[in-house]
Amino acid sequence: MSFEPNILTFCCNWCSYAGADLAGVSRFQYPANIRIIRVMCSGRVEPAFILEALNDGADGVLITGCHIGDCHYIDGNKNAEIRINNTKKALAKLGFDKRLRLEWVSASEGARFAEVVKDFTEEIKKLGPNPVKEVKINE
Amino acid sequence: MSDNKGTETERTETKGTEVQKDNDEKRVGVFVCECGVNIGGVVNTKAVADYIGTLPGVKVTSVNKFTCSDSGQADIQQKIKEHNLNRVVVAACSPKTHEPTFRACLEQMGLNQYFLEFVNIRDHCSWIHMWEKEKATEKAKDLVRMGVERSKLLEPLVQSEVPVIDKALVIGAGVAGMQSALDLADMGFQVYLVEKEPSIGGRMARFDKVFPTNDCSICILGPKMVEVARNKNIKIMSYSEVKAVDGYVGNFNVKIEHKPRYLDVAKCTGCAKCSEVCPVEVPYDFNEGFGTRKAIYVSFPQAVPLRAVLDKENCINCKACAKACASGAINYDMQPSYTDLNVGIIVVSVGFKTYDPEQRHDFGYGLYDNVITAMEFERLLNAAGPTGGHVVRPSDCKEPVRVGFVNCVGSRDKATNIYCSGVCCMVTIKNAQLLKEKRPETDHTIMYIDIRTPFRAYEESYNRSRNLGVKFLRGRPVEVKEDPVTKNIKVRVEDTLAGEIRNLEFDLMVLATGIVPHEGINQIQQLLKLSKAADGLLMEAHPKLKPVDTTIDGVYLAGVASGPKDIPYAVSQGSACAGRAAILLKNRKAVTEGITAVVNPDVCVGCQVCIPMCPFQAIKMDEKEGKANVVKALCKGCGTCVAACPTGALEQSHFKNNQLLAQVKNVFRFQEVAA
Repeated sequence: MSFEPNILTFCCNWCSYAGADLAGVSRFQYPANIRIIRVMCSGRVEPAFILEALNDGADGVLITGCHIGDCHYIDGNKNAEIRINNTKKALAKLGFDKRLRLEWVSASEGARFAEVVKDFTEEIKKLGPNPVKEVKINE
Repeated sequence: MSDNKGTETERTETKGTEVQKDNDEKRVGVFVCECGVNIGGVVNTKAVADYIGTLPGVKVTSVNKFTCSDSGQADIQQKIKEHNLNRVVVAACSPKTHEPTFRACLEQMGLNQYFLEFVNIRDHCSWIHMWEKEKATEKAKDLVRMGVERSKLLEPLVQSEVPVIDKALVIGAGVAGMQSALDLADMGFQVYLVEKEPSIGGRMARFDKVFPTNDCSICILGPKMVEVARNKNIKIMSYSEVKAVDGYVGNFNVKIEHKPRYLDVAKCTGCAKCSEVCPVEVPYDFNEGFGTRKAIYVSFPQAVPLRAVLDKENCINCKACAKACASGAINYDMQPSYTDLNVGIIVVSVGFKTYDPEQRHDFGYGLYDNVITAMEFERLLNAAGPTGGHVVRPSDCKEPVRVGFVNCVGSRDKATNIYCSGVCCMVTIKNAQLLKEKRPETDHTIMYIDIRTPFRAYEESYNRSRNLGVKFLRGRPVEVKEDPVTKNIKVRVEDTLAGEIRNLEFDLMVLATGIVPHEGINQIQQLLKLSKAADGLLMEAHPKLKPVDTTIDGVYLAGVASGPKDIPYAVSQGSACAGRAAILLKNRKAVTEGITAVVNPDVCVGCQVCIPMCPFQAIKMDEKEGKANVVKALCKGCGTCVAACPTGALEQSHFKNNQLLAQVKNVFRFQEVAA
């Protein structure tokens, strides 16, 4: 059986969650590999959530928020950007940085949401399964 | 909503006053919706319910055809009673549309509404995995499991009520904004009507006649403009712009900039003596650049307020106007002035502009004199226009006989805008009719992709044009050239109905340019934190059920700023906004979400990392205790500070760390598989 990655996705309530809704309403088909958690703002996503997910065996973590300038809370997404970039740097040391991605998707970008998911799923497929899983199974 | 300066308003917590004790064992009920075949046709809902029923804490599961229906909700309520449920998980569509429905359903049963967990298995599952039924079913199981685990950790919250100032701000005084202002004012509310141009009236003031009845535009708009000016509850702020907005529903603080007219409006009588003596002539923007106006001018004869304005950029400082002004109104040193408003609601009716074909030289526009836009044609038709209502062509001021019209310029075109602007077919039909009636010897050809005449009397108007002899040719010009001698426009076009190439020659060609957002829309969007749709215009809260609401409570949208519309539609929206806004203005209160950040003072070390994170200045230091403190009335509940808190002292209610981690840790069944 081919590798089907598990991807955890965070959506902000105002833009990207609505964008994901629009992808649904528009019936834009995309891979069934993602599971969405809704937060009010991408600025709410803590690095701990990302690490926890990767440690639990998620193959990828996708954070989505409003485009810069469009944040419902003025600049929560800018804080998210700083945090995610820092987390990425830390993950780079473990070779996990490509498993984390930050994307901006507006409420009107249903097609873009589907594209982002498709693209990230493909990338994670190329990377292969999260090595943590193998370690844990062998334990 | 930039900085928030001391707009603290007491929030009174009155709704759901009793917060239930929550020490009981968690008894979860899970309700899986089939949404007809929307979910049920893809996801095996029974399999989902069966699986979820095996999870600890789940006391009952139920599958409904339509959970949101009366019987679906009755089922929830009955099971709450039967099983003494204290948590409810609804797996259905989007919480963005249906969460309020089910929250109310819980409240009715005496359960705190925040004990509802809403799982989206339609928009985020069945609709996007239509051909992967097994995968969709597995995904739905995961999503519902995450919801169940989160639900067990949900805590009761109370919503707050905020007082609403019973004053309104309407941004943009086109026909939609004017209607909103009038309706609100007639209901007795104070309205501030802000317009960036020197006169109210908007686009409609520039039209000659309006379809499908072909009545004179300014003749029906003019009296309305006067009505607005006379209404004692409306304060017109013309030649003014919104510069800053902060606050929230019920209590917006708005800074308005009044651009200098360089004359005292209290003294100016609008007599236009100043214009008569002004030696400077510049292209007249009101006439779409045809003809000229002076550097000091009244924007058009029916302007409201009827006051002059000095265009300082083109003024040569000769001071002739000051000498001519009998009332001594001219003041060359005028500076912008500012007004701070405090309003409860805001109506956004900022309008549109038409697509500019110059940028791509569509159909030779900007290259050939005798290719003009429909708005320019409109001004040529107008009796108060640059030619006194005689349609002449720009190259030689001769009256054209053969007129070609091209539809969908800047609309329905992948290279510009893919959407249909909705009104241009009718504009073209009307324009051809008007000229044909004035000068029956003229010959008109409308080149179109499709003719769209959806509303009352539109099709009849189309038929009327045909009966008058206007020709309709389905096809878009593929080649447009100018005859160097006659300046006539030569067009090669495929008649797609006849299946043949036609070579046509016109004296004048008119482009029906589409509707596009104007530059100011970005500023308003960012000031108010509104969403923009793919077409660049502003986005409503829900395309069907909340067409004039926005995602910002207390902010409403009217007119073309939220999508192409004709005049009756824009006017209806103006009234609709007034009606929606009046609910808040009359009740004098609004309910706001209970989701805010909360500090645990036992854990807070007073490091102040959170303070600069908050864009609303809602976190203050309690200097005495040395701890951070969240001002609830200012907190909008984004949770950005929570993510920054190094000690975990800050929590976001309803999105607490343990609640979100419950979802994270239950997202994939890796551990089960591994074990």
